[in-house]
Amino acid sequence: MQPEIQPAVSSKVFIQRDYSSGTICKFQTKFPSELESRIDKQQFEETIQTLNNLYAEAEKLGGKSYLEGCLACLTAYTIFLCMETHYEKVLKKIARYIKDQNEKIYAPRGLLLTDPIERGLRVVEITIFEDRSIGSGR
Amino acid sequence: MRECEYSQISTRSSTPMETPYKKRTPKKRKWETFPGRNKFYCDGRIMMAKQTGVFYLTLVLILVTCGLFFTFDCPYLALHLTPVIPVIGGVLFLFVLGTLLRTSFSDPGVLPRATPDEAADLERQIDVANGSTGYRPPPRTKEVVINGQTVKLKYCFTCKIFRPPRASHCSLCDNCVERFDHHCPWVGNCVGRRNYRFFYMFILSLSFLTIFIFAFVITHIILRSHRNGFLTALKDSPARYPFTAQPWLVVCFFSVWSIVGLSGFHTYLISSNQTTNEDIKGSWSSKRGKDNYNPYSYGNIFTNCCAALCGPLPPSLIDRRGFIESDAPQLAPPANGITMYGATQSQQSHMVSLYTVS
Repeated sequence: MQPEIQPAVSSKVFIQRDYSSGTICKFQTKFPSELESRIDKQQFEETIQTLNNLYAEAEKLGGKSYLEGCLACLTAYTIFLCMETHYEKVLKKIARYIKDQNEKIYAPRGLLLTDPIERGLRVVEITIFEDRSIGSGR
Repeated sequence: MRECEYSQISTRSSTPMETPYKKRTPKKRKWETFPGRNKFYCDGRIMMAKQTGVFYLTLVLILVTCGLFFTFDCPYLALHLTPVIPVIGGVLFLFVLGTLLRTSFSDPGVLPRATPDEAADLERQIDVANGSTGYRPPPRTKEVVINGQTVKLKYCFTCKIFRPPRASHCSLCDNCVERFDHHCPWVGNCVGRRNYRFFYMFILSLSFLTIFIFAFVITHIILRSHRNGFLTALKDSPARYPFTAQPWLVVCFFSVWSIVGLSGFHTYLISSNQTTNEDIKGSWSSKRGKDNYNPYSYGNIFTNCCAALCGPLPPSLIDRRGFIESDAPQLAPPANGITMYGATQSQQSHMVSLYTVS
């Protein structure tokens, strides 16, 4: 039994924010050239688009968010001591989605998505690991 | 409030085996190594600017004014008019205090600084675009079109990021803040995306409170004067009720007007969805050009107000109370001169488990 091989980081790709719709959280869907050999364009775009949709849901202005805002104001914002904000709930959903995508799609291809919240919602960091899948001890 | 003291016990001992729980060296929380000029209290729960003297002055002014009002005017008014007056005064006072503390203690929307990897990646991209020179390159900007309006995004040399639209770098706190309004010394913090609504509620309720107190102090004097004559009432008051002395009233009058004026100004800003920063610079004023308009405005006053005051509250991006992960850099043999960066322990172990499974 061979000891576990620590995969080494080859490089990192950063998907920047797309500000063309204003200050809402949205990432560019442009396919970076470094990933061309690892994953197909459509898969990547689908991941980023789903993330964008989830962030849009978190920041959506509507009846529900207004209700939450008004209720919070009336209780002098003490309600957030026992309740999670809508935004936080969606962030948890996003974390689950990223974990799921990593396990199913990205890790088998030697890639790793970092949750944007860990980078201050500035970038989606994709770590590219060295491709040792051919002939490695398994 | 005293800063919570943290003293690190150095128990460095090199272990050949990597243990999942490092029980020897106590973990540091992220606020302890925060690069900005902020003060943290209660183990990272409370965040304020470095200069907090004026904030304590604000607190003292509010407490003293209300204290005097409740002690000297309320008993008389409750007896001769209605006991509802002190109740309303009390509710207003608590609301003012609550919103003030919330504004002062919360994270205004600070953007964390770029990680070394990100900064290097951005530098590479900019060098490719400009053509690398030996000198420090000119201020870097990116242009983006938002709702038909061209907006310039500036590169922040301190935080090593391109600032999002409406963000600005506060020189006092040395942080980039999202939707930066202004740095308010009275609340001892920046006013930005995450605490603007609390700030507005604070000045609005303070306006009501000051008008309320001012009106009822005058009422008190008038009621007394009906009994004793106006001049006698004014003469007596300073001796028996120091709060109703003439200099005090003048001070109150001017402070009422400045706070009410400020509330009015911010009401205008909210209804047009602008920040103080943008208004002062005249970013969206029609004087700059015929086609200049505010791309962030929703079009009508009602939506702008709702968005600013009742919209979703974004979480803090700086994770003050999280623990600092210990990085174990793993270097791969260099290829093409690309610098290798180490992944964190958790990421690597995650990757290892996935590789072995597949």
